[in-house]
Formats: sequence, C-alpha cells, structure tokens
Amino acid sequence: MRYLPLTPTDRADMLSVIGADSIDALFVDVPESARLDGPVPGLPNHASELAVERHLSALAAKNVAAGSVPFFLGCGAYRHHVPASVDHLIQRGEYLTAYTPYQPEIAQGTLQMLFEFQSQVARLLGCDVANASMYDGSTACWEAVTMARRVTRKAKAVFSGGVHPHYVSVAKTMAKYTGDVLTTALPVLDAATDDDAVIAGIDADTSCVVVQYPDILGRIPDLRRIADAAHAAKALLIAVVTEPVALGAIEAPGNLGADIVVGEGQSLGVGLQFGGPYVGLFACSEKLVRQMPGRLCGETVDAEGKRGFVLTLSTREQHIRREKATSNICTNSGLCALAFSIHLTLLGEKGLRKLAEVNHAKACAAADRLAQVPGVQLVNESFFNEFTLKLPTEARPVVRELADRGVLAGVSLGRLYPGEDTLGNGLVVAVTETVTEEDIEALATALTEVLA
Amino acid sequence: MSVNQSGWRPEMGDASQATQTTFTGNRALMLEEALIFEIGSNETTGVDIDDAPKAASRLGNHARKGAIGLPGLSEPEAVRHYTRLSRQNYAIDLGLFPLGSCTMKHNPRLNERMARLPGFADLHPLGPIDTVQGALELIHQLAHWLVTLTNMDSVAMSPKAGAHGELCGILAIKAALEKRGEGHRKTILVPESAHGTNPATAAFAGFTVKAIPATAEGRIDTQALKDRLGPDVAGVMITNPNTCGLFERDLKEISDAVHAAGGYVYCDGANFNAIVGRVRPGDLGVDAMHINLHKTFSTPHGGGGPGSGPVVFSKALTPFAPLPFVEQQDGRFVLVEEETAGEHHADSFGRMVAFHGQMGMFTRALSYILSHGADGLKQVSEDAVLNANYVLRSLDDTLDAPFGGSGPCMHEALFSDANLAEGFSTLDVAKGLIDEGYHPMTVYFPLVVHGAMLVEPTETESKAALDQFIGALKSVGERAKAGDQALKSAPHFAPRRRLDETLAARKPVLAWKDSVVPVAEAAE
Repeated sequence: MRYLPLTPTDRADMLSVIGADSIDALFVDVPESARLDGPVPGLPNHASELAVERHLSALAAKNVAAGSVPFFLGCGAYRHHVPASVDHLIQRGEYLTAYTPYQPEIAQGTLQMLFEFQSQVARLLGCDVANASMYDGSTACWEAVTMARRVTRKAKAVFSGGVHPHYVSVAKTMAKYTGDVLTTALPVLDAATDDDAVIAGIDADTSCVVVQYPDILGRIPDLRRIADAAHAAKALLIAVVTEPVALGAIEAPGNLGADIVVGEGQSLGVGLQFGGPYVGLFACSEKLVRQMPGRLCGETVDAEGKRGFVLTLSTREQHIRREKATSNICTNSGLCALAFSIHLTLLGEKGLRKLAEVNHAKACAAADRLAQVPGVQLVNESFFNEFTLKLPTEARPVVRELADRGVLAGVSLGRLYPGEDTLGNGLVVAVTETVTEEDIEALATALTEVLA
Repeated sequence: MSVNQSGWRPEMGDASQATQTTFTGNRALMLEEALIFEIGSNETTGVDIDDAPKAASRLGNHARKGAIGLPGLSEPEAVRHYTRLSRQNYAIDLGLFPLGSCTMKHNPRLNERMARLPGFADLHPLGPIDTVQGALELIHQLAHWLVTLTNMDSVAMSPKAGAHGELCGILAIKAALEKRGEGHRKTILVPESAHGTNPATAAFAGFTVKAIPATAEGRIDTQALKDRLGPDVAGVMITNPNTCGLFERDLKEISDAVHAAGGYVYCDGANFNAIVGRVRPGDLGVDAMHINLHKTFSTPHGGGGPGSGPVVFSKALTPFAPLPFVEQQDGRFVLVEEETAGEHHADSFGRMVAFHGQMGMFTRALSYILSHGADGLKQVSEDAVLNANYVLRSLDDTLDAPFGGSGPCMHEALFSDANLAEGFSTLDVAKGLIDEGYHPMTVYFPLVVHGAMLVEPTETESKAALDQFIGALKSVGERAKAGDQALKSAPHFAPRRRLDETLAARKPVLAWKDSVVPVAEAAE
C-alpha cells in the first residue's frame, strides 16, 4: 500500500489521542445494516506498480494508436504534433497537483497562466474577453445558447445543419428540460453551406443562431452575412470552432460579427485521448461578460501595489449565487487550458500561421489526390484542413474495411448520422501536419482497391 | 499555549520593511515573471514546422486579414517562463493541502504514465470500434469497479466533472418522473449545508430549490425534511458524509421516506473518499450519486480541472441514464450511442457531451483503483477518517469545533471563528497559514457555521506531516485569539500580499489589451 504513509504504530498512537479504542469506533454513525465486515466482496486486492502497468499496457495494446497508421480522422478531434516541452511543463507538480486558485497569494502561477490563456483565446477568436475554460466544445456550445437566452430574454435557438451532431445532441438533451426551443437541420452533401436556410429560420423570437466554422463537412460559412441577419432580428450569433488551428488561416469569428464564440481547444496541446479531457473555449464581447458562465481571472494589485491576478466577477458563479448562478460549472479544464496556452505560446503568431498554412496545403494535396480515385467526388469548394468525399457506396463499411487494411481513413457520416440515407456515402477526411505524402498515397491506393 | 516554531516575533514588524528591495524585484528564489505579452514577440516561435508544397488556396474569401496579436517564445524561453510561474503555486507535491471537501490527496505518477500510453492517449474518439477495443474494455472495467464499490445498478461514465454529474443525476430523475406522468413534481429539497453546485444544478434543470435546515448537531433535520415531502417533491440532494464532515445517520430512513412519497434520492458523492471500500451508498437507498474521480480516485486537480464525474444509478433510474455507454456483447465491446439506443435503452434522457467522457481520467482512476484493490480502498477511507479525527481532537482546545460533540467526524474536521479575538476572522487564520507554508483549509463553507474552517487532511499524509500542520494551525489560532495585529496583514512571505479583489471586480481587466512587442503590424 505504497500510497498510505501511516504505520500500524501511528494508527494506534493516533487512536489513543482521539480516545477511540478501534477504527470501527470512528464509523459508529454508519447504520449497522450498511457496515461491511471486510473489503467489498467480489473485487481483487491491491497490486504492485509493475502488475498494474502490465494490466493497463495489455489493454492499451489492443487499440490502434493514431500515430501507428496513416490517420485521417477529425470531426471535432484532431491529431496535431504537440511539442515535448508542453507535456513536460504540465507535469510539473506545481501545476498538476494544485487546486483551483482560490488563495491567490500562493496561486499566482495558475492565475497568471489563466490570464494569459484568456488573452490568447480572446485574440484567436477575435473577441474582447474569454473565460478560464469550459469542459469541452459541446458543453461550451450549450452554455452559449443559455447565455443568449439570458441576454436577449428570448428562447429560440436556430442551429445550422453544419454544427457537429454531438453538439446538437447535447443541446437537444438540455433543451428538453429548460424549455428552450431549438430548430435543427441535417447537413446537405453539397458545396454550399446552409447560410440561406439559417437566415430564413431567424424570426423575432430567435435568441441566437448557432453556426460552426468551418462546419462538420469542413466547409466555411459566411459568418458576416449570418451575423447581419441575426442582429437585424435582435438575435446573437454564436460561432462554434472545433478546429482552432484554422484560425491561423481564416478570419476570427469575432471579427465577422459573432457575439459569442465557443470552441473545442483540444487541437492545441491536449491530444486525442479518446475524447477527453478536452478544453472548452468561450469568448464574447466586453458588454456581455456579466452573463458569461465559468471562471474568470482578472488583473489587480496586492497590498504593496504589485501586479497580481485573482478569480473575479464570481457573483455570477454557483459558490456565491447558488441557484441564481449563470451556470453550475465548478471544476473546468485548467490543466488542458495550460497545455493549450503553452502550445500556443510556443507557436506564437508566426508558428500558428505556418502551422495553418501547412495543414491547408496538405489538405489541398490530399483532396486533389483522393478526388482522382474512381467514383469519388470532392464535396467541398472551401475548406481548411478537413473536407468531405462522396463515395459511390456507403462509407461506413468502407471505413471498416480500410481499418482492416491498416488505414484510418476518416469519419463516415453514417457513424455521425446513423440511418440518414442522404448522408451515408459521405466520408469526412482531416489532414493535419502529421500526415505525410506516403500516408495520402496509402489512403488513395487502399480506397481505390476497396471501391474497385 | 502558544507554539511558535517559525522564529517569527511580532516585534519584528512587517516583514516587507525588513526586506531590501532588489533591482529585479526578485528575492533570491522567489522570482518575478512578466506576461508572455511583455516578453514574447510576434517574430519568435518555439516550433519548427516542416514545409509543405504550396497549393492554391481553398479558403475562399475567408482568409484572415491583419495580425492575430499572439506572442511567441522560443523553447528555452517558454520552458523558463512556465517553470518560473509554476514556482508561485502551492501544490500537493509541496505539502499538506487541507482543503475540506476537495480531497487533495497524493496523485500517483504511475497513473500519469498509464494515461500517456499511446494506445490510450493517441486514440481518436470516433475510431472504428474494432480499433478501440482496449479503450472500451478499460471503461467497462472501471464501470464494474464503480458499480461494485457502491452496490448500485449501473454507471454513466460521460459526465465531465462533479457538477456535470449532478446534472446527469437530476436529469435522470426528471426523465423518470416524466415517464411516470409526474412531471409536475418541480421541487428539489437541498440541505442548507449543500455545495453551491447542488442548488445551481437543480435550477439549471428547471427545478425549484427548497432548503432544509440542519440540526444543532450538524446533520439534516430529518423531521423537517419528512414534513416537507409531498406531491410537488421530485427528490432530495444530500451530501453524505455531509459538508460538516459528519455521516448522515438517518440517510436510509430519509431515503425510505422520500421513496414512499414518490421522490428520488440524489447523493452528492464529493465526500465518497471517507467511506469508499467500507460503506456502499446502494445500501442506503441512494438512487443516483456522482463520483469525483479527481477526489476519491486521485486524478490530479490540475489547478482547476479537468475532473470526471461518473454517476452510479439505482435500478429505478438505470433506464434513464444518458448515452453513450459501453456494453459487452459476445466477447466484444460496443458503444451504445444514438443509433442503437432505441433497442437497448429507449428511455435514456440523451447525450450530455460530445464523445464518451474523460478517458484520460478513467485510465488514471483505474490505475489507482487497481493499485489499492478492495483491501487498500478500505484502508484509504479508514486512514482518511483517522487523520481527520486526529486533527479534530488535536485542535479542538484551540479552535471552536461546533460539532465536536456530535460524535466522530468522517474525513474532514470543521471549526468556526467563535473564539477568535474581536476583529479577527477566519480569513486571517487562513492567510496566517500561508506564511507557515500551507495552503489554507476551505474557508467560509459550509454556510451553516459562522466563519467555517473545513480541514480535510486526506489519507496520504503521514503522522509527522499532520503533527507539523497541527502545530502550525495551533500557533496561528493562538495568535488570532490573542489579537496579534501582524496576522491582519498576512501573508508576509508569499509571492504576493493580500490582493485587491474589490478592484478586480469593479474595474475588470480580463485580457491583455496592448499589442505584442515588437509590433510588426497593428495588432488590433
């Protein structure tokens, strides 16, 4: 029991200080019917570090790691190269084993990092302010919808068909219980985004319009146009960014009229991790900040006049406002926010732009090559590092067959939209800097063979 | 009795006056560090990226115009920046971290290594099911442990943290009521001592919150709760052990009464650390309980997350649990998502989050659980409770322990500000502890005690570490009782003195506003 420092002698000494004759005497308030005589039955006893490592390594070996094969999956989670120093720094105990910075005098490391994170996110998304993170993109998206309700005092949200179906699914779950009205749509396998349909869906009751940028098929909608239409109806535009690297190449949603910009920050620093933990980004204009969910770090001074940072505007939060809070969020994604921030600091303006350029160039090369595969059609006109192919047959079994051949080809729309016949032939392919020319050739060759 | 091991004397005056100023503002190993926006530049990068053949842009007319305004640092500068910043943080690795209700226990490094195995860390959530069998098996194994340790029927693994787990439980209750045609039950009863997330969660899900008073001994007023039950009550949210550090003896009786009145029992599992391996919530009539993997099962708090909050369910609520979840079918693991839910899980209240939950936390938690095993986890709760009672009985002659007569405490010891000198507060004690080299305990929570100080030492502290902490808190407590003015301006030795929180809230500065230096293009 390597994690437990007390010795039998310690335990006996401490019981005598307490004045209890046995450890059982300390559990006297547990009703007899609920007391166990020994360890919980049916479970194994403790194990050595070596034994645990063997057990978990065996489970890990049953999975196909992304880095071990040609890999093209995206749709809300992207494989990027994370510099070694990021993982080294976030494992420093002073970050890893710290708590939420409620005692600012001894938490300036975390607080200053959060201030830097908020500043980086605000600039990247093109907004005045960002919070100190949410759980992930999908929950940040729903929180934005509820915030729009508080700001506009209206409760109808219009979702573009290009929003990630899991994000829509989360919103649908929550709206069942909050009374928000959602209008949603399926994407159409077409080069054009559904901007016109979204704009047509806006009416006087609309609180917000939710648009993903780039969208689930990789297409880039015209946010400015949608923002103008939303604002004319006194509705807010919520832009959802699932691939923040894209913002090294395309205009920031905040600069195009989005009122709230939310995103999934996993691409920078965090890694794939089978879906979590990730880091939700949340930014808005200064005038909306008091309706924002989540923690905020702000600058101030200490008693000697030195600059320092504290958590602030906490009268929005659950530990102060209880049932009147803007959200129930407490723990967020602090360490993932740190990883995001370090990665973005290492990149800087110059590195992020280069990274975005390389992603785009490789995606263009892959799109052109894959469009040459007989029967395969490129759906997108516009894209950043992800695009959709229309296959001559249902994509889901093709993806499985390609996996058997050692190529992780992308995400089939059948996986994301089961039972939707109009989408079944769609295959979404993501191409980041981690993809090589050989990988692209391997995919093209295998796809040709499978479709033949 | 005054114990002062620090050598500090009140007549030495304010420490800052004795400190000579330095050119850098540094004080030896206490290093000041500027913001990345002040030290970085938009010409610097710490990452070399291989070129790719140029291609004609497919960005349409969406290309970014103007600078983003992001500073960059080279690798040596970045490593130094974040290392210097890290040294301004307190952490479990540095010392005892007695935050009540937060369970700041040691974070084993084996767990970090396991979570970084490429087979887990470099795995896409939408990978074909046959390529992620080991990951699904791991989730299935952890789920089995959680269900068995709690003697519940099922577990929803996807909630992202404790508060998200609360929401999961409350939505399942709502779905169950609606299925019964009793959606009109709109009231959730919450004890006054509850975590702030409880009422916030209930309100977020559209319920009305009614507070239930505590008895003089720090437990739920069972009679008051029973009297409040009725056809409008959807359920109760109870923390057990409660936030006063006491086991709710009547929980089974309360559960039976709530069930008889047609409601459900939600248990806030934030304090499961006190009873894991020794008491099973399922034996107490609980219908839903979240488990903070980042508390009981040692996954790191990371300066505020990520957490993970799986929710265990009783048989009554299992049909309403959220998607997705892992099932074993014919020796193969499958993910039950929207598409297959119709056949398997028609009453599920739906999806709470993209993908399948906090896999990185699952790996760490299972690594911890396997390390301890059933026998070790029993020892965990016993040592956690022993350490807390040792703190309680070693300090109850110095500080007021309002519920010291209510029997043994569980994993945390609660004190109040009742016997501090006039004009001295819990905050002064907390800030005094900082100078002694400790992170303070949880302060001003629970709200049912004036000037609450909630101390949770956890089971990973040695007796020697506890003795030194007890000595430090005794010393600070005696100073607060004696009216030592120097305490009012503590901390004196931390990287910062008390910070002006009023200024921060009145004139919020939430982001760096100036451009990055040097400015090659206009940043804004």
